[in-house]
Amino acid sequence: MLNKGGTLVTNNDRAAAGPAPGGLGRRWRPREKLIEGWIVLAGLLTIVVLLGIIALLMKEGLPIFLHTPPWEFFFGAKWYPVSEPPTFGIMPFFVATFWVTLVATAISVPVGVACAAYLAEVAPARVRETVKPVIEILAGIPSVVMGFIGLMLLSPLVQSLFHLNTGLSGLTAGIMLSLMSLPIIISVSEDALRALPDDFRQAAYALGATRWETIWHISIPGSLSGITAAVMLGVGRAIGETMTVLMVAGGALAVPIAPTDPMMPMTAAIASGIGNAVRGGFQYQALFAIGLSLFVITLAVNLVADRVLERQKRKFAR
Amino acid sequence: MNIDTQLLHEKTTGPRQSRLRTEAVNLYYGTFQALRNISLEIPERAITAIIGPSGCGKSSLLRLFNRMNDLITGARVVGLVELDGINIYDDSVDVVELRKRVGMVFQKPNPFPMSVFENVAFGPRRHGRHKLGELEDIVTRSLQQAALWDEAKDKLGQSALALSGGQQQRLCIARVLAVEPEVILMDEPCSALDPVATLRIEELMRDLARDYTIVIVTHNMQQAARVSDMAAFLMMETDKAGTLVEYGPTSEIFTNPRDKRTEDYITGRFG
Ligand SMILES: Nc1ncnc2c1ncn2[C@@H]1O[C@H](COP(=O)(O)OP(=O)(O)OP(=O)(O)O)[C@@H](O)[C@H]1O
Ligand SMILES: [Mg+2]
Repeated sequence: MLNKGGTLVTNNDRAAAGPAPGGLGRRWRPREKLIEGWIVLAGLLTIVVLLGIIALLMKEGLPIFLHTPPWEFFFGAKWYPVSEPPTFGIMPFFVATFWVTLVATAISVPVGVACAAYLAEVAPARVRETVKPVIEILAGIPSVVMGFIGLMLLSPLVQSLFHLNTGLSGLTAGIMLSLMSLPIIISVSEDALRALPDDFRQAAYALGATRWETIWHISIPGSLSGITAAVMLGVGRAIGETMTVLMVAGGALAVPIAPTDPMMPMTAAIASGIGNAVRGGFQYQALFAIGLSLFVITLAVNLVADRVLERQKRKFAR
Repeated sequence: MNIDTQLLHEKTTGPRQSRLRTEAVNLYYGTFQALRNISLEIPERAITAIIGPSGCGKSSLLRLFNRMNDLITGARVVGLVELDGINIYDDSVDVVELRKRVGMVFQKPNPFPMSVFENVAFGPRRHGRHKLGELEDIVTRSLQQAALWDEAKDKLGQSALALSGGQQQRLCIARVLAVEPEVILMDEPCSALDPVATLRIEELMRDLARDYTIVIVTHNMQQAARVSDMAAFLMMETDKAGTLVEYGPTSEIFTNPRDKRTEDYITGRFG
């Protein structure tokens, strides 16, 4: 705000000048201040905790690179933590995570978005109101139970279907993970689809578009940011899930060539190794470095998704 | 009466074939009856205005003609609605084909969140036109017809949402024209626009009426008097069901209404 002399009048100057006449003086609103303070505090706390976690991972994990250079660590295929001398190559875990996530995503994204579209655009209200809570309950099934189901039901099926030596494979784990990400993908995508204003659908129908065309060309592109968020949450769950993959992925230490191979994703490697690792030892450091890599991967996936969305938005909505 | 009837003389006159026809139509939303016993014939290549107080069923009547009420669960139509002598509620009628021939413009401009080009190309693409050259021709022609070409020709690749409200509404009209309909339904197409934009749309409607059959719902009596050839006055009965009070040439409805209620309404005594 400019005063008569043309200089900037800040709020502080005005407060110091005392209350304005005519009852327009600035009021002291304690409740507003309190709530504001809380919000700032909560935000700061989150950032501090996050930075703390990163710092911890770096402090415990980075020293491994003094023992094993990064090139060998990331691209080495041999993980022999207790040999003499030990070697720490995480390629097998890295590729395992890739396969398992790929299988889980390839199943859960199309199926999840299709289910969401059915619930949001096709199903009668009564069906939607019954099915959605059930799906949301499925999200709460403990991962150890899912692992158990995978062990007992899915792995024999996968074994006989693909003529494998063992049904415990990346594929089995990926399928179980897809079941675990489905509820979140369906639920969040459905919310996104239903948040889209009806105007667009009406316009599409009035132009003679069929229901399928309206869903595919209007509803899904129109709620793409919400659907992307849903997919990210789902994929995030798949990448980070530990217990199920520990139980059904097979746990082999070789670099998996095909998704049907038994394998050990990064999370499973950390979980199965940390019990035997001596605190501060090389194996301990290496496991923390895996954790750090996992963190960087999820961060990168999120950033890429953000960028894609941003570009999409700039292209269309003003 | 202070309604401007000067413009009425411009309108095309002479006997016309009727394209749309309803006979004793009743419309129900669940158990609620929204329209009762509506019979009217809408002439081709002319503008027919539907007027009446809020909630009397104007939009409902308009949506009968492209079966948009089908999208509302519980909506039920009893009676006859014909396009060129064919009952459009017959089981053998394909809604997609019907909506190709009977386009609709909505109250709030609702361009898709896509480029201007894609908005206009949307309909033709859905109906099997995929060659880019062909689509370019259609987009150009439709935008020219909708009097938007000069303003939009440099913005074809830009988001349609960056256009002004009036431009958006003309884009919506272009989008309908791109499908090459025979009938265009418009539900209060100017109610979200300023007077200048409104006037442009009205001019456009008069141009289009040379080739298209237009049915417009409006709350604006001056607008109805200015643009329409025929006018239908709807009102609610005590049970809220809409009925047709009077229907005839706009000049007669506005200068010499037969029903007292019509006169009261158009002179602004109620509604
Ligand atoms: N989807 C619906 N479900 C149930 N009732 C509806 C629905 N749409 C409209 N109605 C009812 O039907 C009656 C007519 O509504 P309609 O929208 O056709 O009126 P209108 O004349 O267009 O009103 P306005 O001038 O306010 O737009 C109203 O009583 C309304 O409440
Ligand atoms: Mg209406």
